[in-house]
Amino acid sequence: MTERQELFAALSRAVLDGDDAAAPRLAAQALDGGVSALDAVEKALVPAIREAGRLFEEGEYFLPELVTAAQAMKAAMAVLQQALGAEAAALALGRVVIGTVEGDIHDIGKTLVGTLLSAAGFAVSDEGASVSVARFVARARELDADLVCASALLTTTMPKQRELVEAVRAAGLRAKVMVGGAPVSPRWAASIGADGHADNALAAVTVARSLVGRDAPS
Amino acid sequence: MDAVRPRLELFSGEQVEAIVADALAVLATVGVEVENEPARLLLREAGIAARGFRFVPDENAVRAALATAPARVVVYDRDGRPTLDLGGDRVHFDPGSAALWILDPASSRRRPPVTTDLVHLAWVTEACGNIAGQSTALVPSDVPEAMGDRFRLYVALLNSTKPVVTGTFATDAFAVMHAMLAAVRGGAAALAARPLAIFDCCPTPPLKWSDLTCQALLDCARTGVPAELVSMPLGGATAPVTLREMIVQHCAESLSGVLLHQLAAPGAPIIWGGSPAAFDMRHGTTPMGAIETMMVDAGNAQVGRSLGLPTHAYPGMSDAKVVDWQNGMESGIGAVLAALAGINLVAGPGMMDFESCQSLEKLVLDDQACGMALRLARGVGHDSAGEAVDLLRQVVALGGFLGHRHTRDHFRAEQFLPSKVIDRGTFEQWEAAGGRSSFEAAREEVRTIVARGNPAPVADDLRAELTALISAETRRLGIVGLPPV
Repeated sequence: MTERQELFAALSRAVLDGDDAAAPRLAAQALDGGVSALDAVEKALVPAIREAGRLFEEGEYFLPELVTAAQAMKAAMAVLQQALGAEAAALALGRVVIGTVEGDIHDIGKTLVGTLLSAAGFAVSDEGASVSVARFVARARELDADLVCASALLTTTMPKQRELVEAVRAAGLRAKVMVGGAPVSPRWAASIGADGHADNALAAVTVARSLVGRDAPS
Repeated sequence: MDAVRPRLELFSGEQVEAIVADALAVLATVGVEVENEPARLLLREAGIAARGFRFVPDENAVRAALATAPARVVVYDRDGRPTLDLGGDRVHFDPGSAALWILDPASSRRRPPVTTDLVHLAWVTEACGNIAGQSTALVPSDVPEAMGDRFRLYVALLNSTKPVVTGTFATDAFAVMHAMLAAVRGGAAALAARPLAIFDCCPTPPLKWSDLTCQALLDCARTGVPAELVSMPLGGATAPVTLREMIVQHCAESLSGVLLHQLAAPGAPIIWGGSPAAFDMRHGTTPMGAIETMMVDAGNAQVGRSLGLPTHAYPGMSDAKVVDWQNGMESGIGAVLAALAGINLVAGPGMMDFESCQSLEKLVLDDQACGMALRLARGVGHDSAGEAVDLLRQVVALGGFLGHRHTRDHFRAEQFLPSKVIDRGTFEQWEAAGGRSSFEAAREEVRTIVARGNPAPVADDLRAELTALISAETRRLGIVGLPPV
């Protein structure tokens, strides 16, 4: 292996290990050594996070490993972001507003999806839990969001997802709406006119990519 | 980790001593009948008093035997790794042994097992991460009865690395079985140093040692192969119905076994085991899933541990005829109680219909119950006082624990992570995956394991050596047409 390959391997390893101290340090080291930021993203970070997703799907990795890998990826991305400059636009998949609907304080699933979306290259604005429809709409307009993602963990708060879809359409926003959460079924998503639904965080990334027309290369 | 081990103890120390005192009195007055001539000779040479073939050992003789029996017995896997560390309150599981039936997963009805089932049993056992030992848990119907015991061990050795719990069906079986085990280790001395198998030796209740069992006990003692005493009192049928008196009889039978065994070879490894059962007063059956059966198991193990011996019992089985609620309930309770009672070797996984039917599907399900029971036995760590304060301080900023290093570093050790046969997904995920019952999930798991083939093939030369031994035995017995393995 060349020195550069070794560095990429170490950076990938740091992401897989969820080491959010080593990952940014190695990213900075790569830049100092004259590596292009785009190369570091495409040859180290993206393969690593994809591997973490594969390990999760196969039952080898569990949520803590997936989330810490995504966090390490985010930390490395933050270092590379400035250097990316014009290239950054090419990498950014889109802007996302995410939150749990009003009256619902469950935020584990939503946070997980937000973390994985940002690791995948989306610019994510996490609005937290119990977010009003009005706030979702205002933030989507402000950020010119590509996607609005709303989570509901309770059958009693699911109707807020329907209100959100209606409000986004009524406001004339271009954003597409994704819904998720334990009680949310594909049938429910379709019945309220949502653009997308996923029943786990990894699937959410795939659905989000396809909604913004940026399917992952197979 | 500085954990307190959760414990089930049915008796106080004084109560255990009183049970042992009663058992010693039973031996000194009622005594045990011994049907095997070499064993009688040993007992007479040791000066044990007898009335005919009933021997009545006094306390001194029994205590002397207990003093030479080792407190710890380690059994090694086929590759020589220490695998079953028997003694103290360490817990290990192995499949329930010697079923006459196997559950057909397609029809959920029992059928006679064949050699292929025995092969698959070994493969599935090898795949069960919470089951440390294998056992010759099926009696194949396509093998002549005279060869059954020997052939089962041959199949087990070829198809799994795990140490084997087995036994003899005839007095002439031990020699070739010992030869096969020695072949794996590269000699009888190496086998004695690193035992690969445990032989069950079952006295006949009440208070009788058959010719077959005595012989097995003596053979084990003289070769250093660990013997497992499997006393089988039936409360209300072949033993008193009250649990304490049942345990007294259990203890007396086992003490006489220790005496015989240690007279044959002082210091030889022996395990204080048993397969007691409460007798079902309506059906005349031997329910292994009865709570009283498990209480006697736990009590007997407590007595054995107090005498400084490794222990064994059979909780974790079920009397159900299909893999249903009764089946899971009885097996799960058994596994948990066994772990709490600190029984060193717990036989039972896979077994149902009393002790008569093995199910590979039940085996992979029981593996999960064993995992949970082992987790329970590890208890809760306490070497981290003050850590919660730091963690919560950090996490207030982070927003949750899922992305915290502490979670990633500890969750695998702190939680038992179940396999796919345990459903913990959402309703939607469950439905999308086919809406399966645990039995259906287990059926799929068994199919996957079997499709992968032999996970533990032996080297060609060892295979040839074992095959030569079994072929010679076949010729000796004048048997033709053994099924291929």
